[in-house]
Amino acid sequence: MTKVSMTVNGKAVSGEVEGRTLLSSFLREGLGLTGTHVGCDTSQCGACVVHVDGKPVKSCTVFAADVAGASVKTIEGMANADGSLSVLQQAFQDHHGLQCGFCTPGMVMSSAALLAENPKPTEHEVRHHLEGNICRCTGYHNIVKAVMAASGQDVSAVAAE
Amino acid sequence: MPKDHGIGASLKRREDVRFLTGRGVYTDDMALHGQTYAVFVRSTVAHGRIKSVNTAKAAAMPGVLAVFTGEDFKDVGGNPAGWLINSRDGTPMREPKRPVLAHGKVRHVGDAYAAVVAETYAQAKDAAQQIADDSVIEELPAIVDMKAAVADASNRVHDEIPDNLCFDWGWIEDNRAAVDAAMQAAPHKVTLELVNNRLVPNAMEPRASIGEYNPGTGDYKLTTTSQNPHLTRLLVAAFVLGIPENKLTVVAPDVGGGFGSKIYHYGEEALVLAAAKKLARPVRWTAERSESFLTDAHGRDHVTKIELGCTKDGQILAIRTETLANVGAYLSNFSTATPTFLHGTLMAGPYKVPHVYVNVKTVFTNTAPVDAYRGAGRPEATYSLERIIDKMCRELNLDPFEVRRKNLLTPDQFPYTTPVGLVYDTGNYQATLDKAMAMADVSGFAKRAAESKARGKLRGMGLSTWIEACGIAPSHLVGILGSRVGLYDAATVRVNATGNISVMTGAHSHGQGHETVFAQIVAEKLGIPESSVEIVHGDTSKIPFGMGSYGSRSLAVCGTAMTKAVDKIIAKGKKIAAHMLEASEGDITFEDGKFQVAGTDKAKTFGEIAFSAYVPHNYPLETLEPGLEETAFYDPANFTYPAGAYICEVEVDEGTGKVDVVAFHCADDFGNVMNPLIVEGQVHGGVGQGIGQALLEFTTYDENGQLLTGSYMDYPMPRAEDVPFYNVDYSCQTPCTHNPLGVKGCGEAGAIGSPPAVVNAVIDALHRGGHTHVKHIDMPVSPSRVWSAING
Repeated sequence: MTKVSMTVNGKAVSGEVEGRTLLSSFLREGLGLTGTHVGCDTSQCGACVVHVDGKPVKSCTVFAADVAGASVKTIEGMANADGSLSVLQQAFQDHHGLQCGFCTPGMVMSSAALLAENPKPTEHEVRHHLEGNICRCTGYHNIVKAVMAASGQDVSAVAAE
Repeated sequence: MPKDHGIGASLKRREDVRFLTGRGVYTDDMALHGQTYAVFVRSTVAHGRIKSVNTAKAAAMPGVLAVFTGEDFKDVGGNPAGWLINSRDGTPMREPKRPVLAHGKVRHVGDAYAAVVAETYAQAKDAAQQIADDSVIEELPAIVDMKAAVADASNRVHDEIPDNLCFDWGWIEDNRAAVDAAMQAAPHKVTLELVNNRLVPNAMEPRASIGEYNPGTGDYKLTTTSQNPHLTRLLVAAFVLGIPENKLTVVAPDVGGGFGSKIYHYGEEALVLAAAKKLARPVRWTAERSESFLTDAHGRDHVTKIELGCTKDGQILAIRTETLANVGAYLSNFSTATPTFLHGTLMAGPYKVPHVYVNVKTVFTNTAPVDAYRGAGRPEATYSLERIIDKMCRELNLDPFEVRRKNLLTPDQFPYTTPVGLVYDTGNYQATLDKAMAMADVSGFAKRAAESKARGKLRGMGLSTWIEACGIAPSHLVGILGSRVGLYDAATVRVNATGNISVMTGAHSHGQGHETVFAQIVAEKLGIPESSVEIVHGDTSKIPFGMGSYGSRSLAVCGTAMTKAVDKIIAKGKKIAAHMLEASEGDITFEDGKFQVAGTDKAKTFGEIAFSAYVPHNYPLETLEPGLEETAFYDPANFTYPAGAYICEVEVDEGTGKVDVVAFHCADDFGNVMNPLIVEGQVHGGVGQGIGQALLEFTTYDENGQLLTGSYMDYPMPRAEDVPFYNVDYSCQTPCTHNPLGVKGCGEAGAIGSPPAVVNAVIDALHRGGHTHVKHIDMPVSPSRVWSAING
C-alpha cells in the first residue's frame, strides 16, 4: 500500500492505495464519490470520465497512484458554487439529455471538456467527440442537443438533417 | 400556449438533478458496514459435464469466508418459467430446472457453477480462479446452431430433452388448414427467409445485488438491479430459496436502464441472500461487463420463413410463418411468452388480413438465455411483416406507400378482431401514414436522391407501418394463454396530514421519468402543485404488490391504478367534506382542489380535508374512518395498441457498403400524451436501438459456443456518430378506449417500428442504384454484407 494525495473537486485528499488501485475505485470506494460510474471493463463506455488537470480521462484506465498530486474534478464538482446546476448540467435537464442517469456523469464530463476547447461545436463535432461515451437510453438526440444548447446555440429547429 | 403543469406539460424531470450532480444511488454505490464480496466461477466452455469442483484450496486462501457449489443448492427450487406454452399436439413445453449454480452440467459460457465470498473483491477473485483451476469439466460438443440442434437428437443441452425442443407452437392451430388453402389459392405468393439478429441488452449499469440478513429477526434484504422488485421477491423467496415473503425485503434503488434484461430473477440474487445468511454479513456482487455479456438474458434471435399470399394489385390475403426461436440454455422467466404471445399475436400487423398462421419452434442451445428485450417479440413480428410487404411491392412493381394504405385497417373498422387473437380497440393508421409522409417530404425524395448521387452515394427510402400490443397485460387473457402470473398493477395514494402526498407505485422507474410524470397526473387530478406529490417506487416494504415496469405498461396499467386510487381519495374526501360542512355527500363537488357544497359558497380546501382526516375529533366513526389513504389494483381489460408510420432515408456507399441513416421520421399514435418531452425521449431511444439492430449489432457465437462479441470492443453499440437527429411527432392521437387516461404506451415503439424501415431503405437504395438482384440483406446490414450483396 502506498499513500497518495491529490486534489479532488478543490479539496486536498489522501488515502492508502495498492499499486493496482484504479482511479475510479479510489474515487468511489476510497472517497465515497460514487457519481463516477463504471460501466465496462474495457475503457469503452465512458461512464467513468473525470477531469485530471483539466483533461478528460477514463478513470477506470488510470491508476490512482499515477495521478498523485494532480487536480481531479468529478461530476460532484460540476455544479455552481451555490449548488445550482451549471449551464451544461442545466441544459441536460432542459433538453431531457438523460434517462436512467448511469452514463450521464461521463457524458457531462466529456461534454464539458469539449466545450472548454471548442465553445461552439457543430452537431458533427459533438457526435464525434462523444464517440467514447455510450448511452443505451436516449439515442443521443437530446444529449447532442443539450451540449449544443449549452454552448449558446439555438437548437429549437433541430430535427433530422 | 403549451401547459406548464399537470397532464400534457413538458415538465422537466425532477429526478435529473440527482443524476446530474452524482447523487443518484445505484446498487453498487452503496457501502455497508461489514460488507463482503462475492465472485462467481463461470464456465469457460459452452457445454460440459462437471466432473469435480474442488474448493479446498480456495477455501483456505486469505480472506475467503465461504465457498458455494451447485451441490449446496441442489435441493432448493429452480428459477421458474413464468409462462406455460403447449405444443401443437397439446403436450406441455419442456421445462428443465434452472438451478442457482450449475449442477451436473454447465450449459453456456458464463454458466456459474461455484461462488466465493471473501473480505475483499480481489481475494474473492483470486479464490474463484483457484476453484476454476481445481475443477474438472469434461467438454461436450456445443449446440449452437438452432437447425442442427433440432436435427441431432444425440447431442442434448438437457439430457432429458432429446431434440432440444422446448415446444412446437401453432397460432392459431385450428386456422392452419384455412390459411394453407388461402395461400394456395392466392394469385401471387411471396417468400422471404430472414434472421432477426440476437441482441445483447447492455443496460449501462451492469447487474448488481447485495444480500443482507439479520440473525436477530430472521429478516432478509436484497438490494438489486430490478425492474420489478415484487416479482423478484416472489421468485427468489417462494420459488427458489423458500423464504417467507414477509421475511424478505427487495429494494431496487436507482437502476441504470433495464430494457427487459432486469425483469428476470437471476441466480446471483439467490446466492448473495444465501451467503448473507450463512455469514450474517452483507454480501455484494456487481457484474463485470463481460459477465453482463455472458449472462444477461439476450434478445431476439429468430430464424424465420415468412410467406405472403396476395392479389396482383397488392391486397394481402394470407400470411404464414415458420420460426425457430432460440431460448438459450435455460428458460428465463418470460422467455416462452416472447416468441409466442408477444410475437405470433402481432403477425396481422395493422392490416386487414383474413388468414394468418404462425408456427414457432423454440430451441435450447448452449448460449446465454434469451428473453424479452426492448419490444420483445413485437420487433420480430414487425420486421418479418414489413420486410415481406416491401418484397411483395418489388415483385409486383407496386408503390409501398399505396400498398400499405390499401391494406391498413380503417378507423371505421374498430374494434377489430384479428385472426391471431387480439382485439384492436381504436386507431387511425392512415393519419400516421399521412403525417409521416408529410414529415419526410416524400415527394421531394427524387431531388434529394439526385443530390446524394452527385456526392457519389445511393439514396433510399424505407417505410414501416407498425403496431404493437402493450400495456401488458389483461390477466384474464394472459391466463388463458398460459401465463402463471397476473399482470395487473397497484398504487397507494397516501395523503399526509398537511395535504402533501406520497404515491407508492408497483411500477419501477429506471429511466422512464415516473417520478415526474406520475406526479403530474396526481397533481392535475387533485388540483394541487406537482411539488406536493412524491412518487415512491422500488421497495417492497413500502409499495403495494405490483408487477413492475416492462411491456410499456407503467402508465397504462400502474398509472391507471394510481388514477383509481386518486378517485377513491376524492370520494373519501367528499365524505369528510360532507361531515365537516354538514351537507349531504351527494351535494359535494370537487374541483380545483376544493370540496364545495354545490350551489353554495361553503367549501373546504384539499389541505383542510387532509388535516381533518388525521385530527378526527368529532368523526361519526361508524360511518367515517379517520385517515386519507387509498390503494387500487388495476387489471386492464385489453392490451393497448400504439401504432405509427416510420420513414427512414439512408445513403449507401457502393464502394464500401457503408450505410448512413440520414433522416428518420416517426409519426406515432400513443393516445393521450402525459409529458411530451419524456415521450419524445422514449421514441428517440427506441429508434436508436432499432438503427443499432439494423446496422450494427452482431451477437456472434462461434461453433464452440464462445461469444466472440463479448465486450464493447467487439459488440458494436450505436454511438452518437452512428445516428441522426430524429424527427418525432405524436399529434395523431386516438385515445385508448379502456383506460381512463386514454394512454397507450411509448417505451418500445421506436425499437419495434424502426428496423424494417432502415433495411427497406437500404434495399431501396440498392435497387435505385441498379442492384436489383439484391432481394434481402440480413441484419445487421453491415458494410461487408452490403458490399457482398452488391458484388455477389
